[in-house]
Amino acid sequence: MNSDATILSVRGLTTHFQTAEGVVKAVDDVSFDLKRGETLGIVGESGSGKSVTSLSLMRLVPQSTGEIVFDGVDVNRMSENDVRRIRGRRMAMIFQDPMSSLNPYLKVSTQLAEITKLHLGLDQKQAREHAIKMLETVGIPDAASRLDSHPHEMSGGMRQRVMIAMALSCEPELLIADEPTTALDVTIQAQILELIGDLTAKMNTSVILITHDLGVLAGMADKVIVMYAGRVFEQASAVELFARSANPYTLGLLKSTPGIADDTDGDLYQIPGMPPDAANLPRGCPFAERCERAADICRDQPPPFVDVSEGHFSLCHFASEIYAEAKH
Amino acid sequence: MNSVPENLISLEDVRVEYSSRPSLFGSGQSVRAVDGVSLEIKRGETLGLVGESGCGKSTLGRAVLRLTEPTSGRVMHDGDDLASLQPEEMRRRRRQLQMIFQDPYSSLNPRMTTGQIIGEPLKTFDLGASKDRVQTLMETVGLDRRFIDRRPREFSGGQRQRIGIARALAAEPEFIVADEPISALDVSIQAQILNLMRRLQKENGLTYLFISHDLRAVRHIADRVAVMYLGRIVELADAKELYRDPLMPYTRALMSSIPVADPVIERKRERIILRGDVPSPFDPPSGCHFHTRCPFAIDECSRIEPRLVEIKPGHTAACIRISPGHPHIGQNVASGLGALTQ
Ligand SMILES: Nc1ncnc2c1ncn2[C@@H]1O[C@H](COP(=O)(O)OP(=O)(O)OP(=O)(O)O)[C@@H](O)[C@H]1O
Ligand SMILES: Nc1ncnc2c1ncn2[C@@H]1O[C@H](COP(=O)(O)OP(=O)(O)OP(=O)(O)O)[C@@H](O)[C@H]1O
Ligand SMILES: [Mg+2]
Ligand SMILES: [Mg+2]
Repeated sequence: MNSDATILSVRGLTTHFQTAEGVVKAVDDVSFDLKRGETLGIVGESGSGKSVTSLSLMRLVPQSTGEIVFDGVDVNRMSENDVRRIRGRRMAMIFQDPMSSLNPYLKVSTQLAEITKLHLGLDQKQAREHAIKMLETVGIPDAASRLDSHPHEMSGGMRQRVMIAMALSCEPELLIADEPTTALDVTIQAQILELIGDLTAKMNTSVILITHDLGVLAGMADKVIVMYAGRVFEQASAVELFARSANPYTLGLLKSTPGIADDTDGDLYQIPGMPPDAANLPRGCPFAERCERAADICRDQPPPFVDVSEGHFSLCHFASEIYAEAKH
Repeated sequence: MNSVPENLISLEDVRVEYSSRPSLFGSGQSVRAVDGVSLEIKRGETLGLVGESGCGKSTLGRAVLRLTEPTSGRVMHDGDDLASLQPEEMRRRRRQLQMIFQDPYSSLNPRMTTGQIIGEPLKTFDLGASKDRVQTLMETVGLDRRFIDRRPREFSGGQRQRIGIARALAAEPEFIVADEPISALDVSIQAQILNLMRRLQKENGLTYLFISHDLRAVRHIADRVAVMYLGRIVELADAKELYRDPLMPYTRALMSSIPVADPVIERKRERIILRGDVPSPFDPPSGCHFHTRCPFAIDECSRIEPRLVEIKPGHTAACIRISPGHPHIGQNVASGLGALTQ
C-alpha cells in the first residue's frame, strides 16, 4: 500500500473518564487508517463513543491516549501550540448542533474572518472577500448581503451551511463531521450531504462522517466503523458491510432499519434490551446480553478481533462462522 | 346516536392561526400554522402525517384533541362536533382521546415516580388507580413492574417513551395522537416502540394519528399517509400507494431524499434535491406554497391555489399540473402540458 496516500493513522485510541460511578470507557482501543480523499463513516447507538472519538482525534479531550498519526506526525505528542496550528486549518470539524459552535451574537462575517485571519494571515478586506466566496461555495443565496447577519436570523439548514463554510475555509485535509444533518429535515439533509460530498471531492478532502443513520452512510462512506460500548465492533468497506456483515450487532442495526420499499406488514426486527452502562461494562462481550447468538463463552470472555477478509474485521467470538453463513 | 360512523375523527376546514404581539421589528405577524385542513381518520386505522419541520404537524395534532383551539372549522369525534359538547360529555371524550409526545425527556414530570405518572390518568378519570393496575400497564408496554417507584431520570430514552405510552393507555383511549414518538430514540429502540404500538393497536383496536418526519417509520406503521406543506395537506393516499407512486413534486422530493441503507442502490438512485429552505410561514408564497422550490413550477403555480383533487381512486393531490386523466407530472412535463383544469 502506498503509505503517503494515508492522511490519518489511528492506533489504540482510548479515552476513559473517571466519574463518581466509576471509570467510563467511552472509547476503548480504536484503530483505523484513512487515505486522502476517502470517507470513513462511524455509526453506532447513542453513547457508543462516536463523539468522544472525534473530539479525541482533534485532541480536544485531555484524557485520551494512543497514536493519532496525521500526515506522519502523532497529534497526541504535539505541543499545544502545534495542535492549535493544525486544528481548524488542516483538520476541521462540523458539529451536530450548529448553534453550539456558532456564536449567536457575532455576525457570520466576523466568525468566518476570524479563522482565515488566524490561519491564513489574511487582512480584514481579504478575509471578508474570502468569507463571501465561502458562503457562495456552500450555496447561500445573496451571500454578500447575508454576510452580516447573525446566526439566530438563519434557518437550521442555512446555519449548517455556515458551519460547513467555516470548516472548509482553510481547505482542510481532514474534515470530521459529527452528525451534520441529524437536526435537519430529510430534504435539507439531502442538500447538505450532496454539498459535503461535492466540496470534499473537489478538494480531495478526507472525511470522517459520524451518524446513526445507516442510509446516510450507504450513500457517503467508502468504509465504515460500527461502534458499540466504546469499541469498534466491525470495520469494513461500505459495500462489504452492508452485503456481508460478520457481526451480530451490525446485523441487528441493519435489520431494525425500516426499508422504504419494504412491503412486509410484519414486525420490524428489534434488538432486545439497551446498551450497557458505560461505567459498568460486563466481563465478557458487552453485547452478549442482547445478542441472539450469545453462548457461554460470550459472557465469560471478551470477544476477539477477527480478521474475516482483507480490510474487514469483526469483534465477535462467532465472526468467522457468521461471515461464512452470509456468503451467497 | 345509534349507528357508528366509519370515521372516528373528521376535520372540516380546520384553521389554526397564531399571532405574535407587535414587537421591535414591526407590527404583529400571524402564522397560519394550519390552513384549511379537511381530513378523515377511520376507526382502527393509522393515519401517518408527514412534512418538513414547521409545516404544522404538531399544531394539527393538538387541534384534533382540542389542546389547541382551532381558529375556525370543526373537529368531529364520533359524528359530534367537539366544540358543542357539554363539559361532562367533553370530559368523557377527553379520556378517549390521548396523546404521546415527542420528547420522552421533557414530557414526564421528573419529580413524579413511574407509578404516579401512569396512575394520574387513572385518578383523573376515576378508573381505579390501584398499584396492580399500574403494574399491569407497565408490563403491557414492556417495563419491569419492579420499577414502579423509579423516577424518569433513572430510565433510558426508550424506557421513558414506554412510560409515556403507558400513561396514554391508562385512560383506555380509542384514539391516540403520537407526535414524533420515536424521533428522539436510537434506531434499535425505534423498532421496539414501533412494534409495541402496532401490537397495542391490534389488541385494543386503537386508532392512531402518527406524526413523524421519518418517512421510513411512517411507511412501516401507517395505513394511509397525509403529506403536509406549510399548513396544508397536499397529498393523501394509502401508504403503499403513496410510496409506490407519489404524485406531488413535493412528495416525490421527500421520498427521494430518504437515504436507503444499501450502498449499491443508494449511489445509483435518482434524487430530487430541492432548492432552498422551507419558506417562512409568516409570509407563505402565493398560489401553490411549494412553487418556489418546485422543479416543475410554471407561472400559473404562483397565481392559482391548487385544490386537493382525487387523482387516482383514494389518492388525492393538490397540483395544477396533474389531473385524473394525466396523473404523472413527469410525463405531463415531457409532453408539454401546462396548467390543467381541476
Ligand atoms: N466528559 C465526560 N465525562 C464522563 N463521561 C463522558 C464524558 N463525555 C462523554 N461521556 C460518556 O462517554 C460515552 C460516549 O459518549 P459519546 O458522546 O461519544 O457518545 P455518542 O456515540 O456520540 O452518542 P450520541 O449518538 O448520543 O451523540 C457515554 O457513555 C457518555 O456518557
Ligand atoms: N404557540 C405558538 N405560537 C406561535 N407560533 C407557533 C406556536 N406553535 C407553533 N407555531 C408556529 O406554527 C408553525 C407550525 O408549527 P408546528 O409546531 O405545528 O410544526 P411541526 O410541523 O410540528 O414542526 P416540527 O417538525 O418542527 O415539530 C411554525 O411556523 C411554528 O413556528
Ligand atoms: Mg455524539
Ligand atoms: Mg412538531
